[in-house]
Amino acid sequence: MSDAKVEEMSFEQAMGELEQVVSQLERGDVPLEQSITLYEHGAKLKKHCEAKLKEAEEKVAAITFDGDGAPKGTTPVEGL
Amino acid sequence: MSDLLDDPREGANEPEFTVSEISSAVKRTIEGTFDHVRIRGEVGRVVHARSGHLYFDIKDDRSVLGCTAWKGQAARLTVMPEEGMEIIATGRLTTFPGQSKYQMNVQDVAVAGEGALMAMLEKRKKKLAAEGLFDLDRKQDTPFLPEVIGVVTSPTGAVIRDILHRLRDRFPRKVLIWPVAVQGERCAQEVARAIEGFNAFTDGGALPRPDLIIVARGGGSIEDLWGFNEEIVVRAASASNIPLISAVGHETDTTLIDFASDHRAPTPTAAAERAVPVRAELLARLEETESRRINAMRVALNYRGEKLRDLSRALPRKDALLGQSQQRLDLASARLPSALTARVSFGRSKLSQASGALRPSLLARSLQVAGERVDDRAKRLSPALARRTRTAQDDLSKTAARYNNIALAPQIERRKTDFSNLLARFTQAAKAQQTQHTNKLDALDRLRLTLGYTATLDRGYAVVRGADGTVLTRKKDAKSHVTLEIEFADGTLRLGESGTTKASKTKATDDQGSLF
Repeated sequence: MSDAKVEEMSFEQAMGELEQVVSQLERGDVPLEQSITLYEHGAKLKKHCEAKLKEAEEKVAAITFDGDGAPKGTTPVEGL
Repeated sequence: MSDLLDDPREGANEPEFTVSEISSAVKRTIEGTFDHVRIRGEVGRVVHARSGHLYFDIKDDRSVLGCTAWKGQAARLTVMPEEGMEIIATGRLTTFPGQSKYQMNVQDVAVAGEGALMAMLEKRKKKLAAEGLFDLDRKQDTPFLPEVIGVVTSPTGAVIRDILHRLRDRFPRKVLIWPVAVQGERCAQEVARAIEGFNAFTDGGALPRPDLIIVARGGGSIEDLWGFNEEIVVRAASASNIPLISAVGHETDTTLIDFASDHRAPTPTAAAERAVPVRAELLARLEETESRRINAMRVALNYRGEKLRDLSRALPRKDALLGQSQQRLDLASARLPSALTARVSFGRSKLSQASGALRPSLLARSLQVAGERVDDRAKRLSPALARRTRTAQDDLSKTAARYNNIALAPQIERRKTDFSNLLARFTQAAKAQQTQHTNKLDALDRLRLTLGYTATLDRGYAVVRGADGTVLTRKKDAKSHVTLEIEFADGTLRLGESGTTKASKTKATDDQGSLF
């Protein structure tokens, strides 16, 4: 179990850890108390992964430039 | 001589040109005739002047042609001439009257033939590879699930559409498009600037920093894709801290940016596939993992429950475990009261045995015996002390007597006499020595007197001195003095002063002193 805060994990990190937790649980060689902790940690990881997957919003913008050609802001791009 | 003079006269009616006039005429002729030409040749010496102008030669096996491209023209060239390159230069011929030269002003440079272009590409690739720009250890992994994807491409056309479609199918994300020209003279510069620009974005800045960059372009001829072979693009891609996927041209086209990028995708669509995972698959994988998690916990609990039941079944009954011990306890506690009674009566009998023999008369008798012994000792104590004192006194007297008997008096007497004798002898010796010294002193004094001049005065000699008291022994010395002093045995006489008596009088005090 890594010490990193679940909320700060990337999807990949959280998913990897969740799979590790589940395999540990499945092996059944951890003490009961620890397996309860693992189970709960797994629930947190799953929630985090789910949230990351739900944030699947498409937002397309093009960069706009000032007179010198330096990026100034963005303008939404639609219909592509 | 006459020949030389004759010649000019013969042609004197032909017009004369100044140098500038003829130069201008030649310039007009050349520019008019070769207004637009394409010339093929190998590039010779190339000079990039600080002014921004470009000077180079093109040549074949016999001739050389000087070429110029002014600052503005040089910037627009799609191919920068390099020494050894086979090119086709397009432009017009002109002259440079300052050096009696003709030259070509170049508007466009194209690599002559695909073979030559590929050769140049190969050379550039080798050079950049030697710098390490393509090293595998420079490659970064693309992120598993980027939050923001920066796409460097043309904002219109199939490429961006393909990318967005595929992203939408797989995992919709935030996409920032950095519009660039994907061919032509501005292409390389804009693409390089876009890559550098995305890298310059900071986390939490006004514009979100992408965690992945895709540089994409559709298929085209090698000339169309040429911008992606330019050094500035390759260097920008290699230096990018943000992982970069290149997707330029069709699968079979390879540009130099593909070697410098972290991942080369064969098409823009493939780039989008590489960029994001499929969301639905991840959801399914998450669901599966979730059910495994719940199942694993259930299995773990069931297994432990089962094991608990098994073990508890095998556990013996409580009565059976405790019965025997209970019996031993019962037995012991039953025996306890009688054992205590027995112990007490045993003790009591031992006490009465011991106290039976203990009577007062026994103690009184032993007290009486001890009393008698004390009285006896007390009586003997006083006489014993007196006896001991006497003995000690006797010892003392004996010792004292021994000291009295020693004859000290005669010894003292003898020492006294010795002392007086010594004293008398010392006095005598001292006196004798003193007399001896006195005599010696007198004799020495007498000797002193006879040796001194004063004794001779008695015998009729006299000492003559000058007024300053110096002794005069020569006549000439005496003459120089006005006054003279003559010392006799009984006094001094002064001569040559106002009165001799006066002089002797002044000396009288001294004489009187010495007389006394």
